[in-house]
Amino acid sequence: MIEMQDVWKTYPTGAHALKGVSVKIDRNEFVYLVGPSGAGKSTFMKLIYREEIPTKGQISVNGFNIGKLKPRKIPYVRRNIGVIFQDFRLLPKMTVYENVAFALEVIEAPKRIIKKRVNEVLDLVGLKNKGTRDPSQLSGGEQQRVAIARAIVNNPSVIIADEPTGNLDPETSWGIMQLLDEINFRGTTIVMATHNKDIVNKMRRRVIAIENGNVVRDELRGEYGYEF
Amino acid sequence: MAMSFSSLFRHFREGSKNVFRNGWMSVASITSIIVSLFVLGVFLLLVLNVNSFADEADSQVQISVYLSGDADKATVEKVQGTIATMTEVSRVNFVPKSQGLKDFRETLGEESKALLEGYTEETNPIPDTLKVEVVEPTTAPFVAKKIEALNDDYTTQPIYKVKYGQGTMEKLFKITKAIRNIGFAFVAGLGIMAMFLISNTIRVTILARRREIGIMKLVGATNTFIRGPFFIEGALIGLIGSVVCVTVLFVGYNQLVNTVAGDITLAIRLVPLHEVGLKISVLLVGIGLLIGVWGSLMSIRRFLKV
Repeated sequence: MIEMQDVWKTYPTGAHALKGVSVKIDRNEFVYLVGPSGAGKSTFMKLIYREEIPTKGQISVNGFNIGKLKPRKIPYVRRNIGVIFQDFRLLPKMTVYENVAFALEVIEAPKRIIKKRVNEVLDLVGLKNKGTRDPSQLSGGEQQRVAIARAIVNNPSVIIADEPTGNLDPETSWGIMQLLDEINFRGTTIVMATHNKDIVNKMRRRVIAIENGNVVRDELRGEYGYEF
Repeated sequence: MAMSFSSLFRHFREGSKNVFRNGWMSVASITSIIVSLFVLGVFLLLVLNVNSFADEADSQVQISVYLSGDADKATVEKVQGTIATMTEVSRVNFVPKSQGLKDFRETLGEESKALLEGYTEETNPIPDTLKVEVVEPTTAPFVAKKIEALNDDYTTQPIYKVKYGQGTMEKLFKITKAIRNIGFAFVAGLGIMAMFLISNTIRVTILARRREIGIMKLVGATNTFIRGPFFIEGALIGLIGSVVCVTVLFVGYNQLVNTVAGDITLAIRLVPLHEVGLKISVLLVGIGLLIGVWGSLMSIRRFLKV
């Protein structure tokens, strides 16, 4: 499903973000990406949704060769990948419903499908009755649920989550993790970068540790492994 | 990829919504279009009027009646009197041959003076001339014919030749050409200036929407789709701006035309609005649309990379 072979990423500044990473992530896996800040976790994820292209090596996602992808094809690859960020990235001028529907509208999905699908995912993330609210009227955890709803509304096969609980208190974080767990259970692969030790240690999923651009640890039911 | 009707509708909806959502930024963009196009329009009208004035001036010429050398003074005076009574004629001046030679020397200038060096009062090849000015320039050819026909009244054939236009026309032509060129250069310069002004204004509004574009890209919207609303927004700004501009320009110009027409002390006549209105409005609205669309597409281009 996601396969990296000797992937290098060097930024124009000369910084080596990844130095020969080879990883294979199967369908329906739940993977934690851990490691110090600046180790290359974000680059690892950006390469998957083709925000960046590898300097060297090969990445394939859902059978697409990401490095050789024609710019025209990028949108179609991204429709199969949902992305979630620490800062939610909701559009403040739209309601909760509109934010989620937006993801379907802009890929020109038929109207009746949009309505059905948005209501479905809002129900799934537990915001069925808050569709008409503005994001600013919601708590942090609820805003992240909206972002998750937006990421999954398109039925992607992969969710990329960059520290989705980074801005949330422990209790809210657990709610988000339960939701992601549920989404994973329904068949979506999840790759999540995190600094949250408690979550990683308790959930016991695959852990890939990146340090200084290299994969230093890859355990199937791993632990966080850092003290901070 | 063909765009579906509902997407097109969405672009219109979003585009027009954006115009309102951006409030003052849109007002600024529209205002800059209005101002640029207004200056453009004023210059266009100026150029058109100068053109029309020049066209008129081209035909507004003096008639030269060259008299035959053996015509006696009494006959000449009689001919001059007859011409002066013609209703189309405003003035008749007698220019003696000596004055004619002097004038000719002056027109030729220093370099060609040598050509006329050998001529003295006695050998002067230039005949006595009557300079005739007509009230309505367009009647010059008709009046010239009428004067030529005067020969039939005399057995002596006092009129050697009647000419009009030459010389004066060349001079006028040079001046009007210069005015036209300067005018068009000015208009072209202003047009380009307006384009950059507007593309910059829209760039600011797009900067404010970086987030929205980022999310659209993230969820897999195509570049064509992302451009849609901005295309419409730019077009709307251009359209609103140019329509307002054309309205203000035309109302003002019409007022001016009427004022000028009502003032008989002014010797000029402005081109009436109905003669040029359609051309100018099509041109200004077209340029407005072009500037708006071009500005917004320019501005969004760099956000579509990656």
